[in-house]
Amino acid sequence: MLNLYKIVSFILVFLLPLWVFAQQEQHQEDGHATNTEHVVSPSHDSLINSACAVPYQGTQHAGEAHEMSYADEVMIHISDANEIHLFGDVHLPLPCILYSKKDGLSFVMSSAFEHGHKVVNGYVLDHGDVKRIQCTEALAHLDHIDFTETRKGSDGSYTSVAVSHGKEYIIEKPATLLNIGSATWFDFSLSKNIISMLVATLLLFVVFNAVAKSYKSRDGQAPKGIQSFVEPIFTFIRDEVMIPSIGPKYERFMPFVMSLFFFILFSNLFGLIPFLGGANITGNIATTLALALMTFLVVNFSGNKHYWQHIFWMPGTPKWVRFLLAPIEFLGIFIKPFTLLIRLFANITAGHILVLVLIGLIFILGKNGESIGGAIGGGAIGLLFAFFINILELFVAFLQAFIFALLSSLYIGSAVVDHHHDDHEHEVANSH
Amino acid sequence: MTGTLAAIGAGLAVLGAGIGIGQIGGKAVEGMARQPEASGQIQTAMIIAAALIEGAALFAIVGAFFL
Repeated sequence: MLNLYKIVSFILVFLLPLWVFAQQEQHQEDGHATNTEHVVSPSHDSLINSACAVPYQGTQHAGEAHEMSYADEVMIHISDANEIHLFGDVHLPLPCILYSKKDGLSFVMSSAFEHGHKVVNGYVLDHGDVKRIQCTEALAHLDHIDFTETRKGSDGSYTSVAVSHGKEYIIEKPATLLNIGSATWFDFSLSKNIISMLVATLLLFVVFNAVAKSYKSRDGQAPKGIQSFVEPIFTFIRDEVMIPSIGPKYERFMPFVMSLFFFILFSNLFGLIPFLGGANITGNIATTLALALMTFLVVNFSGNKHYWQHIFWMPGTPKWVRFLLAPIEFLGIFIKPFTLLIRLFANITAGHILVLVLIGLIFILGKNGESIGGAIGGGAIGLLFAFFINILELFVAFLQAFIFALLSSLYIGSAVVDHHHDDHEHEVANSH
Repeated sequence: MTGTLAAIGAGLAVLGAGIGIGQIGGKAVEGMARQPEASGQIQTAMIIAAALIEGAALFAIVGAFFL
């Protein structure tokens, strides 16, 4: 019964903000409706100052289907978004928390953007991603966006533009870790990835809460229900991963490594569920960066003096080799977590791209609906291979979680191992 | 043009990683056939080595992606 209360209160905690945001968005839409009535005027062209809007330079026409390369289409599907696209025209709106240095905070539901056709507080939705119109002077006259487009310039850089009435307006991406100083606005939204992550974490919490409860109530008895699913995985990670690689001090690091493993596992598996907007939690480099950063901190803060000695003054080698090894080992401190984050990110991303490309065969061979035979052929081939790849990804989901936990505990092990009793410890580890 | 070169680079990286992981897998199976009782340890060592090689290959692929 207590469990039920907990779940209900969790749902309330997550749904209440959504509801509040939805209310706010309705108000804003009301405001906008009156706004546009004022703005629609024949003198549209004369209002726009020339520095802001230039005539449209692309090749698309309003009202026509967008011509996008399949590679771009795939990239849009695996990247984070400000709405959850379920199927067809059905989208789940998400709350957007946007902060621009000029105009401050704004809270919008992503449905207020009307799938990229409406400007709200200077923000537009470009294929599910919120972007900001660079030139705010033009905003008062921008009532409708025909479409958005990303072009590659002659110098190889990409520019995104929003096109309205034959004029194009440059739109900017939010700040990333790389341009945090020069960026003009920040996106703190509960995006698709964050929502999926919260759901996966909630699932993790519910499952492990139930398991922990049954361990308390069924003490000494055989596992039952979901307990029998978790226990073999848990003991496998403890006995095959943690004890051999960390040694007798493994218990201190159990919560960390187990959280890592099960969080990555649940996120990976969550990303494999079709028709849920294609969550891509661990295929997002920011998520894996955060996970690897945790490992980095845990390893270096628990490192004993032998660990640091092995980095800066390697014992058992000639002196000139020690000078050579020190910078390499020092770089190794950062390279180790970096490979962790790249491995997880690239594996999951590659799997998602593969499935999307195989599904995309339907559209490639079907020539976007012109050839039905091609679409059927592409569907048949794509379905078969996508099924196979999905099964493979099921394995990869476990494997990558396992490898992340294994390498993390190896790094932790190298930081805490007591080198004076090296051989003795190995015996202890092997006897388990 | 740069895209094509990146694709060739990614392909070469995968080629190297494929050879490496193939070697590991082959040797591991040989080792397990010779000493079935050590297969657990061989498997763990194999997966670690494969993960390290894969890391190197993924560096190249990610590099090809971004350059």
